[in-house]
Amino acid sequence: MKKLIVVFYLLLVMPISEAAVEVKPFKNPEYEQRYKNLINEFRCVVCQNQNIADSNAALAKDLRKQVFNMINAGKSDEEIMMFMVTRYGDFVLYRPQFNSMTFFLWVGPFIIFVVGLYFLINFIRRRKEVVATELSKKEKEIIKKLLDEKEQKQ
Amino acid sequence: MNRALLPLLGFIILVVFLGIGLTKDPRKLPSTFIGKTAPTFNLPQLHNLKKNFSPKEMLGKVWLLNVWASWCVSCRAEHPVLNRMIQNNKVNLIGLNYKDEVADARGWLARYGDPYQLSISDLEGLVGIDWGVYGVPETFIIDKKGIVRLKHTGPVTNRDVSEKLIPLIKILEKE
Repeated sequence: MKKLIVVFYLLLVMPISEAAVEVKPFKNPEYEQRYKNLINEFRCVVCQNQNIADSNAALAKDLRKQVFNMINAGKSDEEIMMFMVTRYGDFVLYRPQFNSMTFFLWVGPFIIFVVGLYFLINFIRRRKEVVATELSKKEKEIIKKLLDEKEQKQ
Repeated sequence: MNRALLPLLGFIILVVFLGIGLTKDPRKLPSTFIGKTAPTFNLPQLHNLKKNFSPKEMLGKVWLLNVWASWCVSCRAEHPVLNRMIQNNKVNLIGLNYKDEVADARGWLARYGDPYQLSISDLEGLVGIDWGVYGVPETFIIDKKGIVRLKHTGPVTNRDVSEKLIPLIKILEKE
């Protein structure tokens, strides 16, 4: 029984979906690492929430082959990225290049953060002022006067 | 203004932006080729594999490149539209048979009609990659100078033909 339970747990931790495994003859072990890095950086334009390393779409397969061929042909990472961007646009990169089109994409969150920070600091400061303000002499006199009036009435 | 309304205002702005997002189709990517020279190629013709075709032959003409395949379901929906377009208008329509078997492709055209002046056979899909094809069918309009002027992703409808394609072709023909 115990053995069965162990087997059951082992089945649970088995990877359910293996990423596409393809044997590719690289000319140079360093190429293989670059290949792996690159195919993880490109979005599959057919199934848009996967990169081309994970996707089984026919186009992703073709693009993996394309990346492989270009690396083996001695192309640099930048050249391969340019190849993809000229064909499929900035969208194909999970980390799009910084240019006028993608400016707000990159800088927007920081702008929102700074604006939020400004409002937060203002808010906290104002609250502090309310708590910390001591009554002035004149205010104390007014209060005393009001309280005395109340006592006299009673 | 009442300060209590501020969060509500923020919420409304958020809803408006998300609402605009909903009306857009995330599958439609803007083509990076609009206004640029069409990628060149040299591929065998589907009905005469010994003879090649290159976009250079179309210089001086306004033409359409329609990417299709016999395995593509929405191409079948699009096909009658293309047949009709050819009947009613003078259009230079070239087909790019994308990642298809030659026999299947020929059979498909024999069965459903062949609106293309000629089709080119892109067995490996390499020309497809050069043209940034990611979902068949796709249709490109190329002007007389060989510049891509329009890209339509997905099946073309009768309405697309009469409101988008034909008007643009008429304009380009005057250029």
